[in-house]
Amino acid sequence: MKNIISAILLTIVSVSQLFAQGVKVGDKAPDFKLKNVDGKFVSFADFPDAKGFIIIFTCNHCPFSVAYEDRIVALDNKYKAKGYPVIAINPNDPAIVPADGYKEMQQRSSEKGFTFPYLLDEGQKVYPKYGATRTPHVFLVNKQGKSFNVAYIGAIDDNSQDAEAVKEKYLENALTAVMDGKSPQPDFTKAIGCTIKTASK
Amino acid sequence: MRLTALVLLLLLFTSTLRSQNVLVTDFKGLEPLLNQRNDTTYIVNFWATWCIPCVKEMPYFQKLHDEFSGEKVKVVLVSLDFLKHLDTRLKPFIEKYRLSPQVILLNDPDANSWINKVSPEWSGALPATVFYNRNFRTFYEKSFTYEELQTIVKQNLIKK
Repeated sequence: MKNIISAILLTIVSVSQLFAQGVKVGDKAPDFKLKNVDGKFVSFADFPDAKGFIIIFTCNHCPFSVAYEDRIVALDNKYKAKGYPVIAINPNDPAIVPADGYKEMQQRSSEKGFTFPYLLDEGQKVYPKYGATRTPHVFLVNKQGKSFNVAYIGAIDDNSQDAEAVKEKYLENALTAVMDGKSPQPDFTKAIGCTIKTASK
Repeated sequence: MRLTALVLLLLLFTSTLRSQNVLVTDFKGLEPLLNQRNDTTYIVNFWATWCIPCVKEMPYFQKLHDEFSGEKVKVVLVSLDFLKHLDTRLKPFIEKYRLSPQVILLNDPDANSWINKVSPEWSGALPATVFYNRNFRTFYEKSFTYEELQTIVKQNLIKK
């Protein structure tokens, strides 16, 4: 009887792990093949010299994403040369938020002069693999050997409203740590953001 | 700090207050509202005027406020709109939707320092809602139908 109960419990545990969504710090970063605003598809393999990536789930319509646009461009300018380019991914379903459609993304990218790929998560298959829940939501990825591993998850900094008033640059601190071969502290932060829009929400 | 808490409590317990009076506070000022120990059931909704699912469920919170007006139930709408949009977006929204529950603008940009104090389950996405009284506490990062809200309140309400 005890054995049966343990077997059932084990099954429940493994099933729940199977359905547990998203990555944690230290996990392998899921690769993807998503369409950029220039029409080309982008994967990790397109950056043979990258030491990692700053993956940011973001979008057009969310005021928190908009508030960070200039800061994201600055991050890409600063860290691409150091081997950590920005890859922005719009996780929203354009059927729910027309402002986050592919054409609108192309327009926003050119208006703001995005220096980084801005990809559409068509079919919304990538953001659940990362466990992104909001925009903007950052996943810093670091290459260790041949494996791309998640090194930091969370916010860009501690002030979405005012770039001038930022005290803690969480993401930049994490990048500095990673480039020094250290573990970021903190490696996980939270921020207010817009829910990722899907047909079921 | 004490004064902020006192002012906040006064505002919350003054039912005659018009909704256009938006209290602007940092998290320290809001925190007492999330930790009352009395017979009232609090429904604290975190939202913003630009948040599509939040706007959609706003009439349900108004309806909840109206339906339970005779009970010890307090609906509080905590807006995360930017402070610079208080007069241009938040106040016009309150007018347009004729919101009568208390609206608070939570102006505390370092969200990482307070999100876990609302609930460790909260990732930071909007909408999010805390329901509690001295007997229970529950948190959801999701949007609701009116029936769902009504059920949670009915099941946990402390009768007069």
